[in-house]
Amino acid sequence: MSIDRRDFIKIAGITALSGAGGFSVLDKMLGEGLIEASETATEATSKKRWGMVIDVSKFKTEEDYKKVIEACHRTHNVPDLGNPKDEIKWIWTDTFEHTFPGQETDYMAESMKHKPFLMLCNHCEKPPCVRVCPTKATFKRPDGIVMMDYHRCIGCRFCMAACPFGARSFNWKDPRPALKSVNAEYPTRTKGVVEKCNFCADRIDKGLLPACVEASNGAMLFGDLNDPDSEVRKALGSHYAIRRKNELGTRPSVYYIIGGKENA
Amino acid sequence: MYDRGKVIAGIIIFLALVTFPFFYKTGKANVQIEPKINTPVIEGLSEKKCVESKEFMRANHMQLLNEWRDAAVRDGQRTYVASDGKSYAISLQNTCMNCHSNKKEFCDTCHSYTGVKPYCWDCHIAPMEAKR
Repeated sequence: MSIDRRDFIKIAGITALSGAGGFSVLDKMLGEGLIEASETATEATSKKRWGMVIDVSKFKTEEDYKKVIEACHRTHNVPDLGNPKDEIKWIWTDTFEHTFPGQETDYMAESMKHKPFLMLCNHCEKPPCVRVCPTKATFKRPDGIVMMDYHRCIGCRFCMAACPFGARSFNWKDPRPALKSVNAEYPTRTKGVVEKCNFCADRIDKGLLPACVEASNGAMLFGDLNDPDSEVRKALGSHYAIRRKNELGTRPSVYYIIGGKENA
Repeated sequence: MYDRGKVIAGIIIFLALVTFPFFYKTGKANVQIEPKINTPVIEGLSEKKCVESKEFMRANHMQLLNEWRDAAVRDGQRTYVASDGKSYAISLQNTCMNCHSNKKEFCDTCHSYTGVKPYCWDCHIAPMEAKR
């Protein structure tokens, strides 16, 4: 088929026009915020999003922390290797300065400065660990829980580097010999996988509360953050609560009520 | 040919040794690998039936376990509805091994015979077995 100059100009003109049209559609989408919206929108409100509220003022004695941590670690067969280098932790404590870096002041109450704060995986809405996992071993469930599939974990530890909260531990050795008691209903982990808190996904699926919440005697609350009538939302609506490293934009699901009822 | 006698005798001895296993087994039945299902829980069942038929489980338990794993871990789906309509909790440790509490006589007999080494038990806890 040969093409004369007249036809060529016609075709070129139509192509140029349709190209311009394509750009105008993109402009329209940007103008209406359709493209940007997909990056900032939170989860649809009809879905569940599990969250936790920790009322710091209700933790008074060493015993209060210990029973929560032990309940978790006993339920999930988390070993105590007795060596900070090999430590495996799902829920643990640290100082205010390390829990909420940048929020500390020179004139903070001594009691607050040295108070231990409970920490666990924040089950972020935008989890950086999930983004970096090369095997999708760590993933986010539709209800907001950031889960580990130990069958898939290859132990590359990208997720440990990505997590800004230090919530992940690596199994440098077989954890089994270090277990004091074994919960036969839950698996252990094996050498070479990364592990972390799973918000007790196995218990939630059965309709139970997480083990730590159950053991906390009301100092920790658990519920659906998307449900305005849930216990957690009521607590958040009536108290001032903060999250860890809010400025990083990972949108944690674990909230801390610092003041408590008496001095809020 | 030099040393004809020695060479031929050598060949005959060699062939006899190489073919010995075939002659030795001819006419004998193969070893029967029979996983035992005589655990107290199974003995107490009114109908001795796994989640699916024996034939299906024998051929496809590995696929079924893979499906169970993905359903429970990745989809949060922790109930299995069997082909006969009954529901079971999806759990290797708490459902399978509750009945088959004799891992050594049930799982391991076939697995060692066929030389497969599933890594289930690196993490999942095998039931406590009475030492015999």
